[in-house]
Amino acid sequence: MRLYTKRKLSGFLFVAPFVFGFLAFTLVPILYSIFISLSKYTMLRPPRFAGLVNYETALFGDPLFWKSLANTAYYTVLSVPLGLIGSLVCALLLNQSIKARNVYRTLFYLPAITPIVATTLIWTFLLRSDFGLINVLLGIIGIQGPKWLGSIAWAKPSLVLISLWGVGGPTAMIFLAGLQGIDSELYEAAHIDGAGALQRFWIITLPMLSPTILFNSIIAVIQSFQAFDVAFIATEGGPANATLFYVLHLYRNAFEYFEVGYGAALAWLLFMAIFFLTLMQLRLSKRWVYYTSA
Amino acid sequence: MITAATLSTPARRISYRVFLYLTCTVLAAMFATPFFWAVSTSLKDAGSIYVDPPQWIPNPIVLWNYVQAMQLVPFHVYFQNTIVITVLAGIGRVFVSSVIAYGFARFRFPGRDLLFVILLGTMMIPDQVLIVPRFLLFNLLGWVNTFLPLIVPAFFGATPFMIFLGRQFLMTLPRELDEAAEVDGAGPVTIFIRVLLPLAKPFLATAAILSFQGDWNAFLPPLVYLQNQTKYTIALGLRYVSGLSGGEGMAGLPMDHLIMAASITALLPVVVIFLVFQKYFVRGIVMSGIKG
Repeated sequence: MRLYTKRKLSGFLFVAPFVFGFLAFTLVPILYSIFISLSKYTMLRPPRFAGLVNYETALFGDPLFWKSLANTAYYTVLSVPLGLIGSLVCALLLNQSIKARNVYRTLFYLPAITPIVATTLIWTFLLRSDFGLINVLLGIIGIQGPKWLGSIAWAKPSLVLISLWGVGGPTAMIFLAGLQGIDSELYEAAHIDGAGALQRFWIITLPMLSPTILFNSIIAVIQSFQAFDVAFIATEGGPANATLFYVLHLYRNAFEYFEVGYGAALAWLLFMAIFFLTLMQLRLSKRWVYYTSA
Repeated sequence: MITAATLSTPARRISYRVFLYLTCTVLAAMFATPFFWAVSTSLKDAGSIYVDPPQWIPNPIVLWNYVQAMQLVPFHVYFQNTIVITVLAGIGRVFVSSVIAYGFARFRFPGRDLLFVILLGTMMIPDQVLIVPRFLLFNLLGWVNTFLPLIVPAFFGATPFMIFLGRQFLMTLPRELDEAAEVDGAGPVTIFIRVLLPLAKPFLATAAILSFQGDWNAFLPPLVYLQNQTKYTIALGLRYVSGLSGGEGMAGLPMDHLIMAASITALLPVVVIFLVFQKYFVRGIVMSGIKG
């Protein structure tokens, strides 16, 4: 009996760092952030309770809130589907029996581990409108390239393009693991029944992979709503706020204008948006995700 | 998996393989070109960066650019700072995550399941949501402009997904191992250190590498917590350098070759570690992806 209690105690002691860390670095910040999001707080003066004022400001008094939300939504709508398709293509290729598969996998993966600042600087250089490699190459085949990051219309697509450089990374590896989990007997059976390669992809690969697609899609939407680094470094939100993403707007309010209370409110609205989008995807998934052992 | 056996005629098989290798190679080239162009530019002399047609192989090759790039700003300080943060946070994250994972995997105690649900829950909260109150907390503690906000949380299980990974791994090790050691008189700590940790090397390697990559590449947290230039990490220093070219930094001289040299220097450590420990990278991603 005493041994039993002792085991309980030691179990708790092993977990104790997490308990402390959760309280200090997650729960207390959560509670405090709820409080300051409901306060007028500019770091110069102590927070004063103000009710829902910050939330009202965001929704009704701050055009940049809507602008940044729209920019983020635009970026998400473009980058998530294209990114998922790109990752899936990489995974499908790497799932074939090809020689030097590891070499291809390494080359596909490398962009994803590159530090984001280096990625941004390399791409800023590639996308320069005058001497950038991409426009020079486009010029060779007779296309006058756009101003990319310097143009209001092309700035967001440019950021999508940069994000697509990383499609061969983690997402593709998760797809690859999913593909390898599909029973090869299914393919053989379909083959005997006379299904072609494309047909096998539609009737076996996609349905069997749908749980993995859902997982990757949820993660991708969450990440794209948190997009910050590239826009902050490459364009600083410009030109004309075309790349002012939500988190960049949040960062500016909290850490450049010291509107801490408003920043906290923006953070909670972001959390709600992400939560809502995740929930929506889970709801809709019932219509298209196929579980073998549900 | 589409194997050769599921394809019929030899002619179709050959054209299929040609198509396959061609697609793979084109894709690989698209992924590699930005690297190649950055390396090439980083080795050019200032006069040949913008020549038309583009010069793929630099002539002459100017290695001196790398020395010059490192002197634009005190990069050696940034390297030191980044190494200190990455190593200390890495030790904390890997070791403490395994300890906590051990507690979850091997012990029953009141509240364990609730704590585990909380752990899973915290995995869902994006860090951006809490960056403002965390900043205020660390400001209150006087930790802003020190490395502490980037290191201390790592010692308190701040990476729930790593704890989760560790727990899943420890659950695959048979309990008979613990029991045998217990018969020999080993306590929980001895069992953990002498029996389970040596067997958990694959998890430890994966965790160490993901931790290294995350801290080395991190941008927003150091941006928020480190405002003093002497405390900058490589990521912050690199951004600072890129800002010089836009302004009057070098009196209008082209700096792109130096910026590329600095970028290549910053990404080289991660790339080398990736090339050496590739399988651990991929394993960690896949473990977290499938089971998460």
